[in-house]
This record gives sequence, structure tokens and C-alpha cells, in this order.
Amino acid sequence: MTTTIDRPTSENAATRVISANGGANIIISHGDYNVVGTRPVRHDGVDKVTGRATYGGDTRLNGLLFGKVLRSPHAHARIVSIDTTKARALDGVHAVVTAADLPAAEDREVDLGEGGGNLKHMSDNILASDKVLYKGHAIAAVAAVNVHVAEAACKLIEVVYEVLPAVVGIKDAIAPGATLLHPEITQKSLGNDTGIHSNITKHARHQLGDPDAAFAKADVIVEREFTTSMVHQGYIEPTNATAMWNQDGKITIWSSTQGAFAVRDSTAEILRVPVSRIKAIPQEIGGGFGGKINVYLEPVAALLSRESGRPVKLIMSRAEVFQATGPAPGSWSKIKFGATKDGRLVAMTADLYMESGAYPGSDTGAAMLCIYAPYKCDDMRVDGYDVLTNRPKTAAYRAPGAPQAAFASEQVIDELAEKLGMDPIEFRLRNAAHEGTRQVHGPLHKKVGGIEVLNATKEHAHYRAPLGTPSPSARRGRGVAYGYWFNIGLASSVSISVNGDGSVTLIEGSTDIGGSRASIAMQAAEILGISAEDVRPSVVDTDSVGYTGVTGGSRTTYATGLAAIEAARSVVAQMKARVAKVWSVAPDDVSYEHGSFHAGTHSMSFKEAAHHIEDTGGPITGTGNVDPQGHGGAFASIIVDVEVDIETGKTQILEWTIVQDAGKAIHPSYVEGQLQGASAQGIGWALSEEYFMNSKGEMANTSLLDYRLPTAFDVPMINTVIVEVPNPGHPFGVRGVGEASIVPPMAAVANAIHNAIGVRMHALPMNPGAVLHGLGVI
Amino acid sequence: MDNVEYVRPGSVSEAVALLAEKPGKARALAGGTDLLVQLKSGRRQIDRVVDVKGIPDLTEIRVNADGSVLIGAAVPCFKVYSHPAIIAGYPGVIDSVSIVGGIAIQGRASLGGNLCNGAPSGDTIPSMAAAGAVALIAGPSGNREVPVAEFCTGPGQTVLHPDELLVAIRLPAPRAHSAGHYLRFIPRNEMDIAVAGAGAWVALDSHGVVTEARVFLTSVAPTPIGVPDAVKAVVGTRGEDSALDAAAAAARAAAKPITDMRGTIAQRVHLSGVMTKRALAGAIARARGEHVPGAHEAHRVRTNGAAH
Amino acid sequence: MVAVDAHSTTKVVVVATINGEPVQFLAEPRQTLLECLRDVLSMTGTKEGCSDGNCGACNVVMDGRLVNSCLVLGVEANGQSITTIEGIAPVGGLHPLQTAFLEQAALQCGICTPGFIVSASELLKHNPHPSEDEVRFWLSGNLCRCTGYDKIVRAVMHASDIMRVGH
Repeated sequence: MTTTIDRPTSENAATRVISANGGANIIISHGDYNVVGTRPVRHDGVDKVTGRATYGGDTRLNGLLFGKVLRSPHAHARIVSIDTTKARALDGVHAVVTAADLPAAEDREVDLGEGGGNLKHMSDNILASDKVLYKGHAIAAVAAVNVHVAEAACKLIEVVYEVLPAVVGIKDAIAPGATLLHPEITQKSLGNDTGIHSNITKHARHQLGDPDAAFAKADVIVEREFTTSMVHQGYIEPTNATAMWNQDGKITIWSSTQGAFAVRDSTAEILRVPVSRIKAIPQEIGGGFGGKINVYLEPVAALLSRESGRPVKLIMSRAEVFQATGPAPGSWSKIKFGATKDGRLVAMTADLYMESGAYPGSDTGAAMLCIYAPYKCDDMRVDGYDVLTNRPKTAAYRAPGAPQAAFASEQVIDELAEKLGMDPIEFRLRNAAHEGTRQVHGPLHKKVGGIEVLNATKEHAHYRAPLGTPSPSARRGRGVAYGYWFNIGLASSVSISVNGDGSVTLIEGSTDIGGSRASIAMQAAEILGISAEDVRPSVVDTDSVGYTGVTGGSRTTYATGLAAIEAARSVVAQMKARVAKVWSVAPDDVSYEHGSFHAGTHSMSFKEAAHHIEDTGGPITGTGNVDPQGHGGAFASIIVDVEVDIETGKTQILEWTIVQDAGKAIHPSYVEGQLQGASAQGIGWALSEEYFMNSKGEMANTSLLDYRLPTAFDVPMINTVIVEVPNPGHPFGVRGVGEASIVPPMAAVANAIHNAIGVRMHALPMNPGAVLHGLGVI
Repeated sequence: MDNVEYVRPGSVSEAVALLAEKPGKARALAGGTDLLVQLKSGRRQIDRVVDVKGIPDLTEIRVNADGSVLIGAAVPCFKVYSHPAIIAGYPGVIDSVSIVGGIAIQGRASLGGNLCNGAPSGDTIPSMAAAGAVALIAGPSGNREVPVAEFCTGPGQTVLHPDELLVAIRLPAPRAHSAGHYLRFIPRNEMDIAVAGAGAWVALDSHGVVTEARVFLTSVAPTPIGVPDAVKAVVGTRGEDSALDAAAAAARAAAKPITDMRGTIAQRVHLSGVMTKRALAGAIARARGEHVPGAHEAHRVRTNGAAH
Repeated sequence: MVAVDAHSTTKVVVVATINGEPVQFLAEPRQTLLECLRDVLSMTGTKEGCSDGNCGACNVVMDGRLVNSCLVLGVEANGQSITTIEGIAPVGGLHPLQTAFLEQAALQCGICTPGFIVSASELLKHNPHPSEDEVRFWLSGNLCRCTGYDKIVRAVMHASDIMRVGH
């Protein structure tokens, strides 16, 4: 279905600089609207600050049972037998299920939008059938009267394993003679089946020109290797699901998810029931960042409900969240870039290895699309390798794959600039991609704001500020980095219904993780010519709204916003026809501007027109269904100042500024929030977060004590600059903002540490021990 | 969590009897910030929880006539760092209780609990030991006293018999020109278990020369350990760099850490030296009357003239 | 049917004051105060993030002090006065912190917000005019993954200004 895109009405309006909080939050703003660009209180806000909002774990139903999952203690083992007899006999236990209760899964690919994969792998990840492939892999599940009885029952399930050698890291997995996790899989390379049995399941490549030859033109070449550790999205709300398998065969699921339709579709595939039998009701969600797109508990809850005849709720413990959901992959990157002495990139190659964990399918594909996207170069090649390891199957974490690649590539860029004696931002400007630049995988960049982002970074007061005096045993430094995320579209559906008092209800299917209800309502309000407060948005279940893709991929404000705009335009058209009836004129004679309908000397506000709906033909609803292709990529850059204590290796973040092109910030506070949140995640990824695994594939730090997320005491205020280079594919110019911001942080911190102490950090995390090692102190 | 029985005695003798009834299967509950974590994870399995917060001796802070201070074993951190006598007399102890686990943990966690948990990484043990604290223990066969410096015998192990109760910790009366300082190294700025920590205490004569000192390390051995050679290095000096460097070297030699998810041997040995030097420097400065902020006051580093 | 174990699973009557109202509930000794609030009393405003005292999502005020309710047994609440997020707002209105969080957009997913508000309200009782560092130190026990803390700290400091002027 095509979507009509009007040019923004204020396209030629001058760019304005809007500053808040004493210059800490800047918008280089393009376009002037009534509602878009303002900061109304979000519609779901009061419920969330009072604790009234219902999150997945808060689900309460009559007769609810509580479930617990038994998980493998081994990272790699064959399941010889499972005996659930004693568990079933325990007082208070109502159901026990294993993979035997799932239909035999077919070895085929399923497409679930963002998410999906091989059905047998998905099913086995829910409940292991023949093998366990990571410590924490689900084996069986129990439903009981309370969670304590369910835990006690799990302990009574007897499982016999044949333990196999664990392959824990990328280098272990690709070493000759490594134990194969999936001996039946043969490697796909460059589109062909190689017939090779390997833990590298896939090799892909993008190439422009001939970089190997082009290195001969370089005056300076930097070649480096980098590794990053597996990290977790770290959402504060543990993964959860509640299900009721009714006696009539209908299944209802309540969960915290980034996509109710993804829950419905993947659960339907795994349980082998038609989607029409499943209703997925999204509860409020306490953080996702890509980690709550796949289902982990929903099919289990459904099976337990089928056996017990009661609704069943499962909530993961924090240790289960770390060990049994979908963390972001660790990586190994080999980068080689060459530049001429006047600072032009002439040759770029990269080999990116990323772990997919227990099953195939990692983030290398996305990383390959982003690593070179910020730069112009005629001769580039990137090779991506998906590697199986005995770790939980990896999943998306906010710009999946791109941050790991940028940690590597942006340090090499930094080193090239330094060797050439050039300012790091100047070097990037000299090579910056723009509209029309060819990307390594072939397409040309559409209109993008990379150069504007770099200029705003260069001109920011932070970049000129003195570093200040460090403590006696410390050194200070400043670093910058730059990154890109392509953003996606996917389908969305929105319905708007007009109330007699001139307010409207807006029904949408995008679960609200970061304030998107507000930005979608604001876009509708802008078109309708009413206030944001007069729109009542609701996020509804899969029976109540048209198909809507996940809240992820930085698509929601863009795509669901487009659907809201389309629905609003339909409402306006219908209102015009009603107003025409009231005035006895032709609908084409009615115009709608600045919140008023006009025809000749007649005028009527939206509110007044709404009073007439009942008498002029009954209800007015408008629907927008979109599957847009006009999403626009976003660039982000970061300036960071650090102080490194050279006696302890500890890095403090002194000052942080993030600049990002949002196209148009619908609700600037929530755009700033995305930039700030991603910055803090980047700080944790840079300095303290990692999966600390032993050689048997056991994660040692499964609690929030030792998996160290940054606290409020670890980060400073985070300065933001929103640059607005409108995306032509959206009436207000929206570009997704949720992901580009997490691409540069770790490289920026690494470059700052290098500037402070002269040490190149080749591995994440750059924790104090790693810095001491880099300094040669230990 | 497995089922437990919950009892709340009103006196020391009652508590001791309840512990003695279930030797090894009953445990005193003060703040619960260690015990509940252990019970929930299954790391510890007991039948009976003895809530000691109803016993006055364990929940009060008392300043004795001789100036010594008794801190009940179950007194939460926040009461310790709010008490004027402890603020005035034991700044090293204040350092410790102010950084244990964050504000909500400090609302419950106690010095006594930290000591009885016997973790090699206990944050309050080095500062108590450096202050010369003594543990007061009650048992079925009577009371006894053990210096805090000797209380821990191994990871999670203490001198307490299963039927004994830690009642209180006694800090000796503070002396003029003396002070303690506790510093730990953690990867973040709060909420972490110490990778290495040092609690130092010094007494100076009227010329500013160190006459007495105590140095204890945490997280670098199976128990918190004293470093007599670090003491020797500073006694008789004014805490010059050379003396502190020698103390640091002694700390490095004394440290016997392991490599685990929180740190490597090399890192911990190195940090033993750094933390010892800094803790001693801070103790000496305080003993001279200078203000040295605790970690909770001084951790965040601010820029100068930043772009705000 | 096998009995759970040989120990008594008899529940204990707990009598407490929650948000100013007298409450009685039954609890097994092994149930934490968090579990009692959420599952026994259906007060789901207090959240569970980690169960071991490291995230602050379960913060409540007990006997005048900020605590992690995941590390308090329900039976320990007997005779205590407890304030949860449900008791922060005055009847029919919002606490200045709640208003500040809304106006400053200091929440994104909102799961950590009840814990932050309970924690910050205690901070402002102890220290009505905290510096940025003092706010950050106090709130270091409350983890947020969405906001990067910037707007939360601004909201708390803004609320402290409002409350000092007595609005």
C-alpha cells in the first residue's frame, strides 16, 4: 500500500538553535509545528509514577499458578533421560512439561519480521529436545501453587546428561578440531553451501572496488585486532509471561514484549497452532533494547496452562535473565584501513567475527552494513562470520553488531588521524559520507545528516573546553567517535476514533518502551489540529489492532507515526464531509487549517465539528496501515572527557556530549532520553560489563552485583545535541533515534583513554585491570 | 526458598538457647542483607531464623564511662554513621559503614552481620580491626571476647560456635591525635564488593610522629589480614612518601589473593599497595586534624570549567 | 502425594501499618516483604528487578528508613510502619517528585520509577537541598537502564527546589 508523503509544511523554515538546561540540551531545529517538537506530559505517565501501571510481572488472574523452569547446569551435553515422576507427585504441583510436550519442530526458516529463524532451533531453545547447548538452557518446567513449590519441584526432576566439551569463546570455536555444536550444519559462505562442518555457520561479504590493491595508494596504514565481550541488554524488568490455554483451544498470553504480534506469531509456530487461536496482550514493558523480541517463556506458560487447566505465570530470576535470554555477542575484529597523507581514506578491510551463541544467526549482517556507512571510500571490503559458541543464543541489543564493529573501526580511524596529525573530527569530515555516497553493500546513501552531526560536534563548547587539572595520580584525555544505524520500517496499523467532545482515541500496537505513545499521539494531534492532550492513545492486543511490527529497529516513531498520520488524515477527510453536510456545501469546498474547518464565510473548530458527528452519519474512525520504505538512517557522534587513575586503572567519565540526527524530534525530551540512555549503556559496555565465563562455559557473575551496570554515581550529566536533517520519507522528517546513539560510545571512551594515557585498548571491557595491564603496571 | 521457622527472642539468653537447639541449622538474623541472599540462592540451608533485632543489647549504641563505645551487633549502618560519638572518634569506621552497599542496604546491614558473615571482602572488618575493636560473644557456657582482627578464620568462617551469638562490638576509647581511614578499590563508584581494601589507624605524638599504627587489608586473603610490616614501616615516621611506599611494599608482600571474577592476583597485589598507601596517608592527615573526606563524599571527579 | 518437607509451613499473622492504614496478612516465614506486598496484598507498584538488593526497584520505607523489600522477610514487618509507592502521593494529587518526573521526562519504561521515587522522597527528607553529587550517591542503589540518570537527577533537584519553596 503506498503512502502519500507531503513535504513538511515548514521545509524551508530556517534552522533554529533551541537550548534548554543551560545549554546541556540543544536542538538544531528544522521545521516549526504546533504539537510536534513540544514536550507534553506523556499520556501513561501518571500511572507509571504512581506504580499503578501493570507490567508483565504484575499480571493477576483468578486461579493463577506460578511456574519455574529447570535449566541445564552444563554448557554442552546430550540429554539422555528426563524423569519428572517425583516432581509431579509433589503437593501443590499442577503441571510438568518438557520438550516432549512440544510438537516436533521442522527444520525450516520462519520470518517474523525482526526476529525469527530456524523453527527447530527456536523450539529447542524454548525447551531442549536432544541437546543442551548452554548453561541455563531450559529442560523442563513446573506449574505450582506458588513459586517456592515450583522451585522445589524442579529440584526433584531427574535428568541424566552426557556431558560434552564446552566451546566457550570465538577463538575456541574456530580452532581446528573444535567440538562442533551442530555437527549436521554445513557452512554457508558467500551464498553457497561449502559442505564444511564448522562452528562458523555463515560467512558473508560486501565489497566495493579492490581494497587489497588500493592499499598501495596509502601513505599510512593502520592494522589492528580487537575483541569485545558478551554483554546483556540489562533491562531492569526480568523476562516474564503468563498464559491461559482455554478449554476451547484459545490461548491468551500476557507478557512484557517489544511486539505482541511477534509473540503471537512465534508462539503459534512453536506450538503449531493457527495464529487465530492466540491473542497476545502486551503488558507494560520494563525495558527491552532488543532483548524482548524473541519469546522465551510464552510457549512454556501455554503448555503448563494446557496441562493444568489454569493460567500460569513465569518470571525469570535475574540469574536466569543473564543465562537464558539473548545477550549481545562478543566479537573479534581485524581491521585494516589506509589513508593518504592529505587525509583521504583509500582502502578499508574488516573481518568481523561475532558469536551467535547456541544456534546460528548473529548480528554480523547489521554490523557489516554500518561499519563503513559513515565514510566515503571507493575500495572497501567487509567479511562477517557467524560463530557458534556454548552460550545463550544471542539476540539484538540496540543497533545489533554495529557497536562492536565501531569499537574497532573508530579506534583505527582515530589512530590514522593521529598519525597524520589531523584533528579527529576534521579527518572524519574529510571522508564523511553524504547523500549519494555509495555504501559497501551497493545502495547510495539517501539524504542523511552525517556532516551536520560532525559539524555540530566540532562546534560544541565541549570540544573547545579545557580538560582541567587531574588528581595527582591521574591523567585526563578527550576522545570522539562517530557511528551510523540504518533504522528500519516494518508494518504498523493505527485506528483513530473521534469522540463527541472533540477528543480522539488512538489505537495502536506498538508497545511503549520509551514514551512512544506520546510521540505517536503528537503526530496524530498535529494532523488533526488538536492538542496532544486531546488524543488518548492505547496500546492494544493482537485482536484489537491491525498487524504491527515490533517496537525496535528505531522504527516506532517513524512507522507507527506514519500510520497515525494516515489515520488522522482519513479522519480529517471524513470530518470535512460531515462539516460540508452541516453547511450544505460540497466536501471539496471545505478546507481545514490551523484547527478550523472553513468554507466561504463559515468556520468551525474541530471540537465544534465533533459535536455534529452523531447527527451527520454516526461514528468517525480513520485507519492507517503502512509498510513504509522511506525510513532514514541516522548518524551519531560523541565527545567524552575521561580521567584515568594510573595507580588503579580506573576511568571516570568527566564530561559527555552526544550529537545525533533525529530528522525531527517529535517529543524532544524522549529523544534526549534515548541519547542519554544509550550513552550510559555505552559507558557500561565500555568500562565494566562482561559475561565472566569459566572454561566450562559457566557464567560467574549472574547477579547485578557483579554484572556491573553503571549507577547514577558513575556517570555525569549527559549533554545532548539533536540535529534535525529531515528524512524525506516522513511528513515531519522523522528518523529513528533509539539505536545510532549506542554505536560510538565505547570507541569514544577508548579514544579518550588513549588520549589520556597513550595506551590503545584493544579489548572490552576497559576495566581497571585491563587499563593497568595496558599501562604495563601488572 | 526453603521453609524456615522464624523466631524473635527478647533476650540474649533466649537467643542463645534457640541457636543451641538447632546447632548449625539456626542462624541469627540482623539486617538480612547477607543471610537472605544466601537463603534465597540456596547457598545456606537452615531450619530456623533467629531475629535478634528485638534484643536491646544488640540494637543499641552505648558510650561507656571510659569513652569506649559499644555497638550492638544488629545496629544498622545508618545508625552507626549518624551517631555523634562514632563520627567524632572513629572516622575510619564511618568510612566503611557509609559505603556498604548503598543507602537501602545501609538501612538494614550491620557491623555485626558483616563480621559474622566472615567474607574475605567485608568492608567494615579492616576498619574495625584497625580501630582495635573487640567482639563480645555470648554462648551457652558463658561470654567471651575476641579481637575483631582474629574473628574471621576462613572464607565464611569465624570463631563463633554454632550456638554462640555475637552481642556487640566494642571500640576502644578514642585517643587524641589518632584516627583511622578506610579505602577500598571498586570498579564502579558504589555498590561493588571490594577488589582490595585497606583500613589504617595511626596515633601521633605531639610532634606528628607516628607512635602506633594498625593496617588491615580486605579481599586479598582468605580473611581480612593485618600487615605488621606496614606498621613497622610507618611507626617513627611522619608518614613521608618513602615510609608510605615501604608500607605499600609490605602490603603487597602480605597479600595472598586469588584470581576470581572481581580481580586477578596481580591486580589485587598491586592494589594492596596503592590502597594501603592512600589509607595510611588519610589516617595520618586526619590524626593531624585535617579533613579527609570519605569515599562516599569524594568519589565523583568534577571537571574544571566544563561546557555547561 | 509427597509433603513439601517436615517443617511447619504454618503461616504467621503479620500486623503492620502500610501507607498509614492498618493491615493484617498471612505470610510464610520464607516470603519476603516484597513477595507479601505484590502477591499477598496485590500491591504491585513495588517492583522486583534482582531479588538480591542490587537494583532498588523494590525500595520501600520501613520504620523510617529506605530498605530493599526483597531482603526483608514479610514476618519482620510485624509492628512496623511501611510506606510504598502507593502511599507517596497525597490523596487526589501527586508528590512534587512525581510531578517533576513527569515534567522532566525522567522515566522511559518506568519500571525503576517507583523505586526511584520512594528513594528520592527519603533523600529529600534527610537532605532537603542536596547537591548533584549527593543526589547521585543516594540514588546509586537504584538502577535505571533507560535514562542514563540525567533527567532523573534533574527531576529530583527540581523537586527539592519546589518543596523548599513550599509549593
